[in-house]
Amino acid sequence: MTPRRKRMVVIGLLVVGMGLATALILRAFNQNLMYFYSTSDTVAGKAPAGRDFRIGGLVVKESLQREPDGLTVRFTLTDLHQTVDVSYTGILPDLFREGQGIVANGQLGRDGVFVAREVLAKHDENYMPPEVAAALAQAKANAPPNKKVP
Amino acid sequence: MIAELGLFFLTLALALALVQAVFPVIGLARGQEIWLAYVSPAARAQFGCLLAAFAALIHAFLTNDFTLAYVAHNSNSALPWLYRVSAVWGAHEGSLLLWALILAGWTWAVSLRTNRLPADIGALVIGVMGAVSVAFLLFMLFTSNPFLRGLPAPLDGADLNPLLQDPGLIIHPPILYMGYVGLSVPFAFAIAALIRGRLTPGWARWVRPWALAAWVFLTVGIALGSWWAYYELGWGGWWFWDPVENASFMPWLLGTALIHSLAVTDKRGSFKSWTVLLAIGAFSLSLLGTFLVRSGVLTSVHAFATDPERGIFVLAILGVAVGGSLALYAWRGPSLLAGAQYSPVSRETFLLANSLLLAVATATIALGTLYPLVLDALDLGKISVGPPYFNLVFGLMMAPLAVALGLGQFSHWRADTLARLWQRTRLVAGAALVLGLVTTAVIDGPQRISAGVGLALAGWIVATSVHGLWARCAGRASWRAALAVLPGSVYGQSLAHMGFAVAIAGVCLTTALSVDRHVRMAPGDRIPLATYEFRFETLREIIGPNYKATEARFTVWREGRQVAELYPQKRLYNVRAMPMTEADILPKLSGDLYISLGESLDGQAWSVRISHKAYVRCIWLGALMMAGGGLLALCDRRYRQTVAVPALPLTATGA
Repeated sequence: MTPRRKRMVVIGLLVVGMGLATALILRAFNQNLMYFYSTSDTVAGKAPAGRDFRIGGLVVKESLQREPDGLTVRFTLTDLHQTVDVSYTGILPDLFREGQGIVANGQLGRDGVFVAREVLAKHDENYMPPEVAAALAQAKANAPPNKKVP
Repeated sequence: MIAELGLFFLTLALALALVQAVFPVIGLARGQEIWLAYVSPAARAQFGCLLAAFAALIHAFLTNDFTLAYVAHNSNSALPWLYRVSAVWGAHEGSLLLWALILAGWTWAVSLRTNRLPADIGALVIGVMGAVSVAFLLFMLFTSNPFLRGLPAPLDGADLNPLLQDPGLIIHPPILYMGYVGLSVPFAFAIAALIRGRLTPGWARWVRPWALAAWVFLTVGIALGSWWAYYELGWGGWWFWDPVENASFMPWLLGTALIHSLAVTDKRGSFKSWTVLLAIGAFSLSLLGTFLVRSGVLTSVHAFATDPERGIFVLAILGVAVGGSLALYAWRGPSLLAGAQYSPVSRETFLLANSLLLAVATATIALGTLYPLVLDALDLGKISVGPPYFNLVFGLMMAPLAVALGLGQFSHWRADTLARLWQRTRLVAGAALVLGLVTTAVIDGPQRISAGVGLALAGWIVATSVHGLWARCAGRASWRAALAVLPGSVYGQSLAHMGFAVAIAGVCLTTALSVDRHVRMAPGDRIPLATYEFRFETLREIIGPNYKATEARFTVWREGRQVAELYPQKRLYNVRAMPMTEADILPKLSGDLYISLGESLDGQAWSVRISHKAYVRCIWLGALMMAGGGLLALCDRRYRQTVAVPALPLTATGA
């Protein structure tokens, strides 16, 4: 091979390699994107089925129930307009409290219960996750004015 | 009064930083050397002023001066004194002051060494650092003044965030900042060289120790952060691909590429332009990190401010610094190009390949970190990118990097052939392959393949590092004498590469072998985990200086013998009414025993997390070895020799 052809082959291989790598990266990126949905969006069926997403809202007071194993909990999330039940097995974060805003990652089950893989609460007692704050504002704006918000 | 003095010194520092930034420009524009003579003294005086301001803030914390809003928000009279000192950099304003202080400290150190540079370049290096300082001091004085009085003053402070009340957090921020800000030295040098349009001979040797020192601090800082997250956040993760972690990891990756690229430029004269670009990129990512962490766009432990004005200010600094330096690079960069030639199979090629891999890895992390922020800012929806993306993509990048690292060790500078390279590497490659296969066979579980690949790569790197040392002694009469005269940088390189191998092995093994259980336990309960048995013995209440806690006593047994006694706590901090999980850990190289308390259930029962974190220490050990390697290389006597500098007339711009 002449040096020129050799160089062309090297450059060709590099281009193909870079293309493949980019395709792989973007595929992995796309598969691991998690969208955030409010409880209203979820109830309205906007959230994807069979795929992880993030849900956020306020934990409804006195909705926390514990199964006998002590580790599986069920609670209700609300954006003060619609509610979604969430179940989670494992240790809740330190700052999980009823009445507080939290975000959970997981999937929506067929029965409409969100099965959380991970529950996130903030390291600060006054904290409201920005997603939750935005979801609450959105729900408030969308709510019909005559309907009483629970 | 002391606080006002602090503010006075802060303002004075700004004036001196202006002198430092503006005088070199005037001097060079007019060709009058006298202007340059003021630059170093101004930089040193600026350091003194910031030290005084910093001392004033420490004084305010130690004396519980709650008339200062910053002290009132982040301290409390019941806070132990050591945490009152570390609370100085526990939040936004104080950590910015620390940032500025460290920048001034680096500038002071640089000013002691500029006599080895041509006068114009030396003054410009300090001038660029002065300009960065001006930006940050303005930012501090206009948006985040730590000396602001808040009247009426509260009787007591709101306390330091309990998460930050920890020995690891006393040193993590200063060390990390030393690394972040230290990258400003190579950056300032790159800008100075671009402004003058020339790279002086020996410049790479002058920049190397600075880049290396910054990289060592960054390495230790990141490792400390990871270690802190592991024991303090209460769930035993050591890396979360959290945006704030990524913000420190990206400059580290480019910094790693930078120190290697600098080595090639120093030794062979190649890669000049790439090195300059890496120097700009690494510090730009440090600034980006500061922006991400300090602007409030990120919500995490680290994000203190949610003040949009601050975000816009830092964004402006970032835009000017990154945009300006890249424009300068585009304009002047090509003039720096000419470098030594090398063939496609040579040590240079493998080093370049790894430099590129590190840059691409940085870009993929930036994609995952910044894309959600951009979408959010443009109101296109709220998304997050899960850790699997980072794990997969980063793993895919690191595998070829590890291979090329070893090949680079085995190959000659300038020109080599594949056939000869194969001759030299086949034994080692075979051994590494066997190690990988054995690992895959021994381990079971879903992670066996990645563990096998990881161990094969780790073995490959260790073997090639040892071979590198051996090759330097081959042909000498006595290997002992040969080893004794090797320069520090050779040992440093080997140690750092072995550290990388240890870290790879640690990451793969801890992922594959760790076991983790959440269980409900009451005193008297016994739970088996791996080869251990965890026994919940007793519970008691204790009272700390500024918290109350429930403490559990666990014993861990193995083959009928007690191997550990652990005391995890659940604390409730008085002032912020904030619960905190204090895990208790028995550290061992082969694996930590880790217990943390979850929630109190009925009666005396608790939900408990018990884990065996196999080989997790290897991750931090590897990082420390890398840092140690960097330190060894820093001790190399070549950096202490003076390089003769050719004098150039001030008005010459090279080009």
